[in-house]
Parts: sequence; structure tokens; C-alpha cells
Amino acid sequence: MYALEKSTVSFKLNGKEVHAKIDNQSILLWTLRDQFALTGTKFSCGMSQCGACTIHLDGKAIRSCTLPTSAVKGKSVTTIEGLNHEVGTRLKEAWINEQVPQCGYCQPGQIMQASALLQENDNPSREDIIEHMEGVLCRCGAYYRIIKAIQSSTKTAYHGSRSE
Amino acid sequence: MAPEVNSRSRRAFIRNAGGVSFLIATGTWFTTKSEVLRNRNESTSIGSWVTVAPDGQITILNPAAEMGQGSMTALAIIIAEEMDANWKDVRIENSPIEPDTYGLQWGGQLGGPMITVGSRTVRGYYHALRLAGAQIRKCFVQAAAIKWNTDASEIETRESIAFHTSSEKQLTYGEIASFMEVPESLPSVSENDLKKVEDFSMIGSVVHRYDIPGKVNGTAQYAIDIRVPGMQYAMISRSPVYGARPELDNEDEVRTMDGISHIVTLSHGIGVVGESFEKCLAAKRALKITWSQGNKADGYDSRVAFDEYMQLADGSQMGESITELGDVHKAFSEASKEYHTVFRNDFVYHAQMEPLNAVVSVASDGKSAEAWYGSQAPDRARDAIATELGIAFEDVTVHNCFLGGGFGRRSMSDYVVEATQISEKIKAPVKLVWTREDDVQYGAFRPISLQSMSASVNQKGELTGWKYRIVGTGDGLLASGARVPYYSIPNKMVDLHSIDHGVRTKHWRSVGHGPNKYAIEAFIDQIARDQKTDPFKFRKRLLATSPRELKVLEKVAEMCNWTSAVPEGRGRGMAFAERSGALVAGVAEISVDKETGKIKVHQFWCAMDAGLVVQPDNAIAQLEGGIILGLSSALHESITFSGGVVQQSNFHNYSIARISDTPENIDIHIIPSQENPAGVGEASTPVVGAAIANAFLDLTGKPLTHMPFTPDRVKMILG
Repeated sequence: MYALEKSTVSFKLNGKEVHAKIDNQSILLWTLRDQFALTGTKFSCGMSQCGACTIHLDGKAIRSCTLPTSAVKGKSVTTIEGLNHEVGTRLKEAWINEQVPQCGYCQPGQIMQASALLQENDNPSREDIIEHMEGVLCRCGAYYRIIKAIQSSTKTAYHGSRSE
Repeated sequence: MAPEVNSRSRRAFIRNAGGVSFLIATGTWFTTKSEVLRNRNESTSIGSWVTVAPDGQITILNPAAEMGQGSMTALAIIIAEEMDANWKDVRIENSPIEPDTYGLQWGGQLGGPMITVGSRTVRGYYHALRLAGAQIRKCFVQAAAIKWNTDASEIETRESIAFHTSSEKQLTYGEIASFMEVPESLPSVSENDLKKVEDFSMIGSVVHRYDIPGKVNGTAQYAIDIRVPGMQYAMISRSPVYGARPELDNEDEVRTMDGISHIVTLSHGIGVVGESFEKCLAAKRALKITWSQGNKADGYDSRVAFDEYMQLADGSQMGESITELGDVHKAFSEASKEYHTVFRNDFVYHAQMEPLNAVVSVASDGKSAEAWYGSQAPDRARDAIATELGIAFEDVTVHNCFLGGGFGRRSMSDYVVEATQISEKIKAPVKLVWTREDDVQYGAFRPISLQSMSASVNQKGELTGWKYRIVGTGDGLLASGARVPYYSIPNKMVDLHSIDHGVRTKHWRSVGHGPNKYAIEAFIDQIARDQKTDPFKFRKRLLATSPRELKVLEKVAEMCNWTSAVPEGRGRGMAFAERSGALVAGVAEISVDKETGKIKVHQFWCAMDAGLVVQPDNAIAQLEGGIILGLSSALHESITFSGGVVQQSNFHNYSIARISDTPENIDIHIIPSQENPAGVGEASTPVVGAAIANAFLDLTGKPLTHMPFTPDRVKMILG
């Protein structure tokens, strides 16, 4: 019927320069999953309602299920597979210590969202956590442990627990 | 190297290059099921369950679907505990989907269906796997005894090592596996060979779940993550009214869209196949379909259905009998007071976070197939593929992946059959993905129901008669949880009317227990309060002859300090339920924003007796999650039909609990027990609706009789 304009877009993905083949229908979530085999970023609602697809775009938590791939040109994208900085490592450790995941499907999105919070505010209150995490759904209802895991991942809590 | 098994022997374990593998064959079961095992061994798959490699690695197969309930770890713990394995040596892999070998204990034997439903897994494998673990341990002890030329009674085992008690000698299981002679069959064991509960080192302790690290770093594989060579994406536009058949009006237009390779007409929809998710979505949106009329669900309106239910509830025609005890009519004729309340429950959607999907590759000759899916009934799904293609079960290779939530929806195989049909037609592998809108609008829901409750009370304020009629859709789904054998009410009559509206219904975590326990427990509080009796005291009296249940109720009262004053502006409510053998009591503490009609649950206390609990921390996680899910269904969730069509489509108009709904405090206590394990996965969900409704009654004096208790409904009740 009609052909779409194909092009290549370059961006930084988990620290490395990459090139993706796209057209004007390409959505970042599917580009990450299909072209780079980064399947930790999940599809669930497709309309930025649930947060399972959360990634970092230049350090900010963004829903990738509605983001055109062309929009990340020249920017830096981080997925759960590449979340290896100090905050990310603390969070992943806390997620295991608190035994947070049940089905686990939403958890990469939860961790990406939580990481963006702690990078901005290392001492969030319970209210801060809830406000920041409100957009990421967990159908297994692991919220109680998600809150605990974030609270135990702050620098103070983490190093405090280490020195005990 | 393919292992060799002499099919004429009754060998229960096999040697191969990788060490020894143990077929699970326990006690009398082995003799009766050996035919099956032998037949399996002659075919390509070997029913090994536990393999010990010379390097000491112990591989334990997991026969159950892992959808977040943690049983893949629990089952391995049960085997490892009895075989005295060092947990650090254990690796867990999914078993083949071979129900004859890996199915649940069904009528006392393994080999039932491989279904992960009804909180059955741990209780359904517990005894068989303990015996199996003990048998495997005995094999290592006997092999070491032969090696050391000593008696087996002088050998002890601990953390994958066999010790000779009177000398310094010791051998690891891996070392023993490298020389172990293969006996004809596994040694017999009895209950006496099993560990005593007080000697458990893993069962009942906190062992981290095996699947969690992969779920934290993004490597856990769900079916949607599978990619096979030559695979294309597929999507389906399905009947908006269930049963309607499609006629595509613009096939040529859609077929030539960019990236689209095939259009496939199915009985209930039109499938589009293309190179990517985005291409399929664009094509699906472009489809112009005329749907057939004359479907049973045409014109169905779920709000109007309640009027029809009311007529049946008030009518004299008896439905299917659920409970009949004593003489209810006499009880009511002699009553000093009668009570009557009608409760309503809306349709509820599963909303598992991973939308339904499957990858299926049918061979070009149609004579075999391979499939990847996440199913709560992977054996039925395998069978469904075979049936669809007209080939044998053995010719279908399947891989059950992690399930991104199940909640009952994934015990259906509809999505697997669809992917099979498309792959067969296009002669290539497909990944069929349901969009969230597909998942909502072609859902199979927890049924709509109406509970008409009547009770009679004598002059002492005791419940003498209990009349309870359920009217709804979904047959047996409506009946679950309707019985209250633990409450001593001398005269009971419970019956059920089910009407088929032509829309799909399905088990939803805890099934009918959600709606029924809500109605039962909310009704009890209404009576208790009218009788000026504390609801806890009122229930205590009802549980006078049910000591185990009573203990659970008393525990939760103690936990929340029931007799203490409730903080200003808050209400407290209690509920009790049993589900899958687990006994649960819950207390909610809530407040209500009178302006917005929003209910906030601040605290939730929960006590459970589920017999012996294999993984206590995981059980607590299940109860926490079940409370949040129960809260979500009680406060938010409602599917409605108009003109036979589901009115909701995604999370913007089908609201589920978000993190702000989380109570500030969730306090859970598991009552220690050595009784047989009961099912934990659904245990806490049924008490939540009533606990909230009862807290609302406590706070406002007004009953909540229609679940969910949405802000609009709450505002209306508060006037």
C-alpha cells in the first residue's frame, strides 16, 4: 500500500554506541527487544499506564512502550541489563535480600523507576517513594516489599546494614 | 550421550556421562506405575527427576509452573531436605511436560495432571518428593557402605556428604555418583525413613527463591522473550461479542501494508502476521471486519443482569443444592429475629502483567510442532496443540517458560491454540502477542454474582438458620467458598442458580471464595452488630466446635489488639475464611475520605494456619500479595458488558491497586503446625473484601453490599 521511510538511528545503549534500523513506526521497547535482544524491558500495557517497560533516557525514567525510537537519537539509553552503577547494584541486592519479585515480570521496570528516584534523592520518605513509584504496576502485589527494598537501598541504610 | 536404560529391568536410576539420574519412584507407586515409566523410557524422554553429577552438582527438575508463587524452589527444597543435599549444590530446571511422570499426586500417586492451580503444588507433591529424597539419600548411603565395606547404619549424611561415624572417612555425593553401582530399583523407604520435623534444616527455614536473581537482573525468560529463527510476529483482532465470526472487508489493503506477510482468518478473529510488533499493530488497527450477529451474548448488559438475578433470588424455585442441613424453614418460623441482605459482585479481570502470548513453530509438513509458552496447564496446552494439528502428543515439543502472572487465566490454552493455527497456516514460526486491549476485551472473568443471604436468630442471639442463594454466571466457579462447615449453625440451606450469558468466565485467584466469603463475613458482622455483640465474640461462638479455626481467629485478634480503641476516624473489621485447606483470619483498619469516597486501608493483620509451611518467608510474600490483590478487587476492579462488549480496555479504565494503595503496615503470622501442608497461594485474598466492608460498617454504621467499593458507590452510601 505504502512504503515507510527507513533509516538508521544512533544512540548510546548501556554505555555502547549502537545503530538501530527504524522507520516512523518503530517504538523503542520493541527496538530494544528485537534488535538488541534486551528482553528485560517488558511489554504490558502499550500506553504508558503500567511502567513494565521503564528504561532510563539520559538518566531519567521513561516508558519505552510509547517512545518512538527516533526520539533517542544521540541520547543515552540504559536498560535493566545495563544498570550497573552503585545505586543500581544496591537496589538489585536489596531486591534479592527482601525477596521482592513474585512473577517478576514488572520488576525490571520497578527497579529502573526506583533507581531514578535514588539518584535524585538518596533519602526519600515513604511518601516520596509512593509518589515516585505510583506509575509502575505490580499485579502480584509485591508493593510492600518494594517499599522496604527501596528504603534499605539508600546509601545510609545500605552502609548502615553493612557495618552492623 | 544418550543414556541407556534396559527397558526390561525396573531400574529406577540410570548412569550416564553426566553422573546418575534418579527416576522418582516411591514405595508402592513404583510397582504400579513402572509400566508407565518403562514406556516412557522406551520413547525419547527419560523420567529422571534428580541428577547428581560427579562434580557434585545436583539438578532437580521442577514440574510446576512458576508464576510467582515460588513453588519451583519449594519442591526442590523438599527433595534436597530428605536427601541431605547441600543447597549450594542444587540447580533447578523445568521438567519435561510429561504428566505420567511429573504430574501431581492424584489419588495418592504421582502422574496426575501437571496443573498449577488451586494452590495445589506443594501439598500435591510434598509426600511423594519427601519419600523420593529419602530413597535417593539411601542410595548414597548404601553405595558408601559397599565402598567402605561397612554397614549402612554406620553412615550419616549432611550437606551432600556421607560420613562414616567411627572413622574419619567421608565422600561427597558427587564422588559417590562417579562410582555408584546401579541397583535394579530404588531402595524401598517408609514413613519411618523420613526426617522428623524438628530435624529439618531447610523446610520451614528461610531459603532464598531460586528464580529471584534472574528476575532482578532481567535475564528470566518469559515466553514473550523467546525468539526463534525465521519467527514472525502475529496479532489477532478477536470477536468483540463472544462467539461472533469475522468477515474481513479490506483484506487486500491490509495484506499489502508495510511489513505484513499474511492475513489469517480464524473462527473468532482475523490474524495479521508481520515482521514486528509495530507492523502487526498497525495492520490490526487497519482491519475492517464485519462480525456475525445472532450470538448468545448479543446485547448482554451486565448491569441489567442483576435485575434478572434478583428475580431468581426472590423466587421459590430451588437451584442446585450446595448445602442442606437441618430444617431451615422451621428455624425461620421459630426465629426471634430475621436478617436479610443482598450482596453483589462485579466481573473481575486477571490483569496478569505479561499479556497472553506464545511462540509456536509447526513443521512445514504439519507432522510435528515445537512451542514455548507460559501455562498453568502445560500438559493440556501440549495436548491442545496435538489435537489442533491431528498429531500425537509425543510429536509436540513444548517448553514452559516463567509466567508473568497467571491467577487462573493461564490455565486456559486458547492463546496457544491460536498461535498453532497461525503457524500451521503460514508454515513458519510465530510469536503471537495479545495486546493489553486484547487481554482485557477477550478476557475470561471472575463471574458476576449476587448473594442473597438470610439468617434467623433465636432469643439468645444465636444463629439458628442460614439461607443463602447464589445467582450468577459460571456454574461451579460460583460455588467455591459458599460452604461454612466450621460455623456451628444447626440449619443451613445454600443453593445456586447459574445463567449462561454467552460470555466467558474463569477461575481467578481463590475463585468463588472472593465473592462468597465477602458476602458471608460481611453478613455476619451486620448480624453481630445488630445483636450488639462484638463481631469477634460472635464468631468465637460460631467457631466453638472448630478449635483450629478458632485459634486462627484468636491469633489475629491478639495481633491487632482487637479490644483496644480504634484511632479516631478509623474503623476496624474482621473476616475469616478457608481456602485450599488454609485457614485465614484478617483484620483491616481503614479510613474514608467523605469528599472523594475513597477508602484507605492503613493496616492489615493476617493469621494463617496452613499446616506445615515449607517456605515461611515465601508464604508471607504470598499472603502480602494476596492481601493487595484482594484489596484491589474490593476497591477498584470492575468489568462491565454493554451490548455484549467489554467496556474496559486497559489500565486507564480498568483500575488495579497501585503502590499508594499499600497499607502502611501488613502484619502476618503463620501458626506453627506439623499438620500436612495446605495451599497458601490464594489463602489471604478471600478475607480482604469483608474485612474492609466490616471496617466500613464499624466506622460509618453503613454496610457495603456491592463489590468493588468504588468512590462513587461509597459516596452514594454515605449520602
